[in-house]
Amino acid sequence: MTGNSHDTVSGDLGLSIEEPLIFEQDSPGAVGVDWPEAEAGADRLGGLARSGPVGLPSLAEPTVVRHYTRLSQKNYGIDTGLFPLGSCTMKHNPRLNERMARLPGFADIHPLQPESTVQGALALCREVQRWLSVLTGMPGVALTPGAGAHGELCGMMAIRAALDAGGEASADRRRVLVPDSAHGTNPATAAALGFEVVSIPEDERGRVDPGRFEALAGEGGVAAVMLTNPNTCGVFENDIRRIADAVHEAGGYFYCDGANFNAIVGRVRPGDLGVDAMHINLHKTFSTPHGGGGPGSGPVVFSEALAPYAPVPRIVEEDGVLRLEEANGRAFGRMKAFHGQMGMFVRALAYMMSHGADGLRQVSGDAVLNANYLLRRLEDVYSAPFAHSGPAMHEALFDDRALRDTGVSTLDIAKAMIDEGLHPMTVYFPLVVHGAMLVEPTETETRASLDRFIAIMRGLAERAKSGAPLTEAPFHAPRRRLDETQAARKPVLRWQGARE
Amino acid sequence: MRYLPITGADRSEMLRAIGAPSVDALFSDVPEDALLAGPVDLPHHAGEFEVEQRLSRLAGRNRAAGAGPFFCGAGSYRHHIPASVDYLIQRGEFLTSYTPYQPEIAQGTLQYLFEFQTQVCLLTGMEVANASMYDGATAAAEAVMMANRVTRRSKAVVSGNLHPHYRDTAATLARFQGFALEAGPPAPAGGEDLASRIDGDTSCVVVQYPDLFGNIRDFSELAEAAHAKGALLVVVVTEIVALGALRPPGGMGADIVAAEGQSLGNAMSFGGPHLGLFAARTRHMRQMPGRLCGETVDADGRRGYVLTLATREQHIRRERATSNICTNSGLCSLAFTIHLTLLGETGLKRLAALNHAGAVSLADRLGDRVVTPHFFNEFTVRLDGDAADAVERLAGGGVLAGVPVSRLHPGAGLDDLLLVAVTETAGADDIDALAEALQ
Ligand SMILES: Cc1ncc(COP(=O)(O)O)c(C=O)c1O
Repeated sequence: MTGNSHDTVSGDLGLSIEEPLIFEQDSPGAVGVDWPEAEAGADRLGGLARSGPVGLPSLAEPTVVRHYTRLSQKNYGIDTGLFPLGSCTMKHNPRLNERMARLPGFADIHPLQPESTVQGALALCREVQRWLSVLTGMPGVALTPGAGAHGELCGMMAIRAALDAGGEASADRRRVLVPDSAHGTNPATAAALGFEVVSIPEDERGRVDPGRFEALAGEGGVAAVMLTNPNTCGVFENDIRRIADAVHEAGGYFYCDGANFNAIVGRVRPGDLGVDAMHINLHKTFSTPHGGGGPGSGPVVFSEALAPYAPVPRIVEEDGVLRLEEANGRAFGRMKAFHGQMGMFVRALAYMMSHGADGLRQVSGDAVLNANYLLRRLEDVYSAPFAHSGPAMHEALFDDRALRDTGVSTLDIAKAMIDEGLHPMTVYFPLVVHGAMLVEPTETETRASLDRFIAIMRGLAERAKSGAPLTEAPFHAPRRRLDETQAARKPVLRWQGARE
Repeated sequence: MRYLPITGADRSEMLRAIGAPSVDALFSDVPEDALLAGPVDLPHHAGEFEVEQRLSRLAGRNRAAGAGPFFCGAGSYRHHIPASVDYLIQRGEFLTSYTPYQPEIAQGTLQYLFEFQTQVCLLTGMEVANASMYDGATAAAEAVMMANRVTRRSKAVVSGNLHPHYRDTAATLARFQGFALEAGPPAPAGGEDLASRIDGDTSCVVVQYPDLFGNIRDFSELAEAAHAKGALLVVVVTEIVALGALRPPGGMGADIVAAEGQSLGNAMSFGGPHLGLFAARTRHMRQMPGRLCGETVDADGRRGYVLTLATREQHIRRERATSNICTNSGLCSLAFTIHLTLLGETGLKRLAALNHAGAVSLADRLGDRVVTPHFFNEFTVRLDGDAADAVERLAGGGVLAGVPVSRLHPGAGLDDLLLVAVTETAGADDIDALAEALQ
C-alpha cells in the first residue's frame, strides 16, 4: 500500500489485524483440550495403528479463540449490515432459534435411539410438515433433503418414479423445460438424473411466454418443467396457470424452484397454482442461518399425485405413537443418512411460530414492498430491464446498460459497495440480462437502512458517470481484489508446508 | 412483530414513493383467485417466551444422551464439544454470512476453509479435499459418481458392510442415473472377498473403515486389485475420530475418501445437520464435486483466499457440472476445524486413544459375545435374544445400549446383533452398567 505518515510498524491497522494460518502458529507442547492419556493396555487395532504424526499444529485455547475471532472480523454477515444478495434471502437470524436448536432434547439425541425415546423430536418434525403443508397448500412433505439443490434432486426423482410407474415408456419422456433465467442447480439437477435440458428463453417481460411454452411442451417427450416463481428476474410468472396446464396436458409434471417463496409466503399457495413439487430452502424463507455456506435444509412439498413417491424415511402415527417408516413400496428411495436436518427444523419452527400466520403474511408483504421501493428509487440511475412490466416481487433486477460508456462494470459497482460498508447484491445472475445486479433487501431491513442503500447506490452511479476510479475498489476491505485467475491456474488448495 | 422493522408510517410513505395504493396491489401479477384474503389457518405470532416454552416442552419429551449411559453410534457419535467451539461458530460474522462469493469481505470464511481442507487431507492421508458435502452418505454417493466419470465406467462394487443408509443413498441415484451398484450381503465378522468381484466394468470398490460392524482391515491389497483392473478404491469413514488412531486410507491406496465429520465439533442432533468430507487425489481434482477454496494474492500482493476451479460447478457449468450441490455444510465445517485445532496433534491422539481404550475395556468384559475381532470405538455384540427388544428394555432402565443391527438391516437374520459405540463420554461406571446388563 502507499506509504504515508500513518503507516504502522506492524503493518496492522487498528482492528484490522493480519492473522496467520493455524499451521504457522504451531507451538509443539501446547494443547487446547485437556484429555488424559489412556491407560496403557493391549490394543485391538489389529496392527493398523497410525504410526507417524498426523501433522496437526498444536495451539492453546486462548490462541485458538483469538484466531477465529480475528478471522470472523474479516467477514461480513447480516449482523453487520444490509446483505442484499438476490435469490439468497439474507434476512435477520433470530438468536432464539439458535437457543432452541441447542436444547439437549434436540441437539443431544441420536438418530437411531429407540423411537419411544424421541417422540418429541418426531412430533416436531410433524409440526414442521404441517406448517409447510398449510403454507404451500400441498399435502406431501419430504423433510430429508439437505439443501435446495438436494430438494431439486428429490422432487425430480419423485417425478421420474411417477413417470416410470405410469407404465408408458418413460424412457421416451426425458425432456425437462428450464427457463434460461433458472439457477444453475436446475439444469444441473435435471442432467444429473439423465434428463435432457430444453431451454426456454425469457420474453421482454422477464417471463416465460405462454404461447412459446405451449409450443415447446407440444413437441412431446416432456417429463417436467422446472420453473422458479417468483422468478429470478424478480417478477411473478403471471401465466403460471397456463404453463401448469400445458405441462400437465403434455403428460409432464410441474417442478417449482421455491427459492423465492419468501415473496409469497402466507399470501399465495403454490398448490393453488398447479405445482406438483417444490423445494423450500429453510435457510432462505425460514431464516435458518446460512453459516457461510450451509448447512441448509430443503424440504420438498408434493401434490397428491407425487406424494406417494416421496422418499423414506417417513413419519407415521400408529395408536398415538410416532414412528419412522424406513421402507415403503412406492417411495423412490433415500436422500441421505438418517432423517433430515433436525437442527434446521427446530430453528425453522421457532421462526414460524414466532411469526405466525399473520406475521408470515407481513413477511412477504414487507419483502415485496422493500424491493419495489428500491426499484422505484433507483430505476432512473440504474437500468431496470423489467421494471416496466409491473411491480417487482421481493427482488429488484438491474442490468448494466446505464453504466455503458463509463468504463465501470457491474463488478466495479459491487466492489465499490464493499468500501461503503455494504455487502454487494448478486451479480451476473440471472444470465439473461447483461451485467445483472439482483437486489434482495428482505423484510428485516429498516426504512433507514434502505434509504442509506439508495443514497449510496445513487452516489456510486454518479461517480461512475463522472469517471471516478471505481475499477480499483475495494480499498478499505481486509483485502483488495483477489487474483482469481492465478488461483485457478496454479491451484493451491492446502497449506503446502504440511506436505511431508 | 419483533423481527419486522417496517412501521405503518414507513409503509404509507414507501407506497407513495412507489406509486401503489397498497401492499396488496403489489401482488397484481398473481392470479386473483390464488391470492389469499387473509392469514392461513395456522396459529398467530407468539412472543419469545411462549415459543421457548412450547419448544422446550417438545424437547423434554426426548431422552437426551447426557441423561444416562449412552452407547449409540452407527454413523452419528456423541463426543464432547469444547465450549469455545460453540461460542465461536455463533459469532455473527460466521453464523450470518453467506457462501464467500465476495472474497474481499469473506476472508474469515475462506481462510478457515483453506485450513479445514488441509486438516481433512492430513487426517485422511489424501492430497486434496473440498469444502464439504451435506453428509457422509451424500459424499459417498458423489464419490461413486465421480469414480464413474473418472473411469468412464458404470458399475460400483459395494461392501455389504457399508452403512445401509449410505448404500441406499447411492442406490437411489444409481437407479435414476442408470449405473449399477452391486452390494454384497452384510458380513458382521468381516473378511469379505471384494477383489474377486472387480472386473473390467467396475468403476470403483466402496468399503467402509471402520465398517458398520466396527471391523477394520488393511485395504492395500484391495486397492492394488482395483487399480490393476482400472477401478478406483473409495473408502468411507463414518467415525472420523478413528483416523486419530488408525492408518489413514490415503496410505492404503484409496483414491477417494468420503467421510462423515460430525464427530468433531458437531452435535448428533437426531442425525442432521452433519458434515460430509470429501478428499481425493490431485490428478482427479477437476472431477471433484463441490466447492474448493484456494490460495492467491490480492492487488497489493498480499496472500488471500478465494473459491476456485468453479468451472466444475453448477453456477458456471450448469447441465455439465460435476454435481448439482450449492449450499453445503459450511458452519459444520467451521465447528469441525475449530475442534480439531483445539485438539491439535496431542489432543486428537489422546482422544482417539481414550475412545479405543473404553471400547476395549467393554469388549474385555463381554468376552465371547463380541463378534468384531479388531475395532476402533465400536463393535458388534451377539445377544441371546432380540437386540431391539433388549435395547428397548434397557432404555426403560435409563441405558441407551446401542443400535440394534435390525434397525439398519431388517429381515437379514441379524436380529441378535447389537452395535455398541464407546466414546470418551462413556465413563467407567457407564461401561460397568452396560457390561452387566448385557451379560
Ligand atoms: C433460485 C435458486 N435455486 C436453487 C438454489 C439452490 O439452493 P441451495 O443453495 O440451498 O442448494 C438457490 C440458492 O442458491 C437459488 O437461488
